[in-house]
Amino acid sequence: MSSHYESSYREPLVLGNKTYHDITEDIARPIEGKANKNWYIAFYISLAAMLWGFGCIFYTVGTGIGVWGLSKNIGWAWDITNFVWWVGIGHAGTLISAVLLLFRQKWRMAINRSAEAMTIFAVFQAGLFPIIHMGRPWNGYWVLPIPNQFGSLWVNFNSPLLWDVFAISTYLSVSLVFWWTGLLPDFAMIRDRAVKPFQKKIYALLSFGWSGRAKDWQRFEEVSLVLAGLATPLVLSVHTIVSMDFATSINPGWHSTIFPPYFVAGAIFSGFAMVQTLLGIMRKVTNMEAYITRLHVEYMNIVIILTGGIVAVAYATEFFIAWYTGSPYENYTYLSFGAEAGAYGWAFWSLLICNIFTPQLLWFKKIRRSFIWSFIISIVINIGMWFERFDIIAIVLSKGQLPSTWWRFEPTFVDVGIFIGTIGFFFVLFLLYARTFPVIAQAEVKTILKSSGEHYKKLREENNEH
Amino acid sequence: MSTNKVIHALYNDDDILMDAVKKVRAEHHHIEEVFCPFPVHGLDKAMGLAPTRLAITAFLYGITGLGVAVWLTWYTMIADWPQDIGGKPNFTWAANMPAFVPILFELTVFFAAHLMVITFYMRSRLWPFKEAENPDPRTTDDHFLMEVPVHGNEEELVALLQSTGAVEINVVETH
Repeated sequence: MSSHYESSYREPLVLGNKTYHDITEDIARPIEGKANKNWYIAFYISLAAMLWGFGCIFYTVGTGIGVWGLSKNIGWAWDITNFVWWVGIGHAGTLISAVLLLFRQKWRMAINRSAEAMTIFAVFQAGLFPIIHMGRPWNGYWVLPIPNQFGSLWVNFNSPLLWDVFAISTYLSVSLVFWWTGLLPDFAMIRDRAVKPFQKKIYALLSFGWSGRAKDWQRFEEVSLVLAGLATPLVLSVHTIVSMDFATSINPGWHSTIFPPYFVAGAIFSGFAMVQTLLGIMRKVTNMEAYITRLHVEYMNIVIILTGGIVAVAYATEFFIAWYTGSPYENYTYLSFGAEAGAYGWAFWSLLICNIFTPQLLWFKKIRRSFIWSFIISIVINIGMWFERFDIIAIVLSKGQLPSTWWRFEPTFVDVGIFIGTIGFFFVLFLLYARTFPVIAQAEVKTILKSSGEHYKKLREENNEH
Repeated sequence: MSTNKVIHALYNDDDILMDAVKKVRAEHHHIEEVFCPFPVHGLDKAMGLAPTRLAITAFLYGITGLGVAVWLTWYTMIADWPQDIGGKPNFTWAANMPAFVPILFELTVFFAAHLMVITFYMRSRLWPFKEAENPDPRTTDDHFLMEVPVHGNEEELVALLQSTGAVEINVVETH
C-alpha cells in the first residue's frame, strides 16, 4: 500500500470499513431501490411549483410582458435578477469539478457529480429568463448568427447581450459534456448489475458501451483533465460576461470596473452555498453519510468564507466609491447612503445581513463542521445573493437621473410565480436525477479509497507506515 | 474456422494487478487487454501503452474554433453588413477586435471541448446503442481482468498467472 501514501494527520474522506464492492453497492442503492416518502413529498411540492411557474410563463407569452411589474425605467427586474442568480448558482459545479481537479483536491470526488448536475439544471433555469423576456420566444433563434429571412442582417457581436448567448450556451454544453463523459463508467456499473431487462437496456444505452479498457481509462483521464483546463477559464468568463451586461452601460452604480471579479466571486459564493444546501439534502435522502462527510462540508465552508470575503470587500468598495465621488447620481446606487435609508432600505440590509454578517459564523470551527448550521447558513446565503442582484437592478433603476423617472418596482404574481416555478423545476430535475443517476462518481471515489478511506488509514497507522 | 484461446485472469486489488502486469510483461508475454472498474494510475505505462494524443487534438480544434470566430466576426460585422452602432462604425476587424474577445474565447473553448470529446468517443468506440465489450460484469464493480492470448503455452501461462495472485483464471475460446 505504499503507493497510496497520505499523511495520517489528514482526516479520511470515506468513512467506515468500505471495500470497492461496498462503494458500488452504496451508490447503486438509491437507483435500484424504491424512493421513500420524503422523496415523494419533495417531488410533488416541486412539481406543483413547476407547473404553476409554467402556467405563469404561458400567461406571459400569451398576454405580453405587461403582466410583469415592469415599467419604462425598470425594464428588467425579477427576470434578470433570477437569471443572474441562477447562472451564479451554476458556477460551483464546474468549479468543484474542474478547478479542484486541476488542483488535485481529493475531496471533490464525492461531491462533484451532484455539483455538475446542479450546474446544468441551474443554467437551464437561467436560460429561461432571457428567452421569455424576449416576449416573442418563437423568434429566439434570431440571437444566433444564421442567415435569416431579412437578408443578411447579422447579430451584433459588439453587444454584451450576445456575448451572454455565446457564453451561457458554451458553458451549458461544455458542462453537459463534462458531466456526461464522467457518468459513462458509472452508468456501466449500473448496467452490469441490473437485473430487470428494461433497466439494463436503458443503462446500456446511457453508458455508450463503456467497457473500462486500460486505453479507455487513459483517454478518459486525459479528456477529463483537458476539459477541466478548458472549463476553468470558462467559469470565470461566463460571469465576467454576465457582469458586462451591466458594466458596459453608463448607469451610475452599474458602470463599474469592479464588476467582473466581484460577480465571479459572488457566483462562486452562491454556487457553493447551493451545493451545500443540496448535498445536505442528498446525504440524507440517499444515505451517503459515509461519502459526504464533515470534512467535505468544512472544506466547502472554507471556500464560502473566502469568496464571501471577496464579496464583502467589493461591497465596501462600492459603498465607498458611491460616497467618495461626490456625484449625486451615485447616491442611489445599490450600495450607498441613499439606498441604505431609502425605500429599499430593507433590501439593502437584507443583503448585508445575509451575505456579510451571517457567513462570519463560519469562522467558528464548531459551526463550520456542523451539518445543520452549514445547511441553514447556506440557505441564508442563497437568499442574500438573490437580494444582491435585486438590489443592483431594482434600487439603481428606481432612481434615474431625472426625478420624473423615479419609480418603485413591485412584482406581480406572475413575476413571483415564474421565479417559484424555476425553483420547482430545478428541484424536479434534481430529485429525478437523484433516483436515476449515480449521484457519486463511484469510479473516482474508488481511486481514493486506499489513500483516504478511514479503514485503510487505520491499517497504515497500525502497521506504522507513516 | 480457426479459434483462438485467451486467458482471463481476474484480480480483486489494483496493487496486485499492477505487480501482475509487470511480472507478465517481464516474462515476455503479450497482454491483450486489461479491464478495470476505475483508472489505475501507472497501468498504461506498465502495460506499455503509448500516450494518448487527445490533448494535441484539443489544441488543434481550439485553433480551428478561433479561426472560425475570427472569420465569423469579420464577415458579419465588417464585410457583409457593417453597422454604425452608437456612433462607432466598423471599419476594420483590428479596430473592433477588443469587442470580439469574448466571442473569440467562447468559440475556441466550444470547438476544443466538443470536438475533442467526439474524437474520444470515436477513438474509444463509444456511442449510444454500442454493446459493452467487457467479458465479465464484475469488471465495473470491484474486479480487474487481464486478457492474455494463448499460443500453445496454456499451462505455463496459467501457472504464471496463478503465481501473480489472480483470484480466478478462465481459459476462453474467442472467435
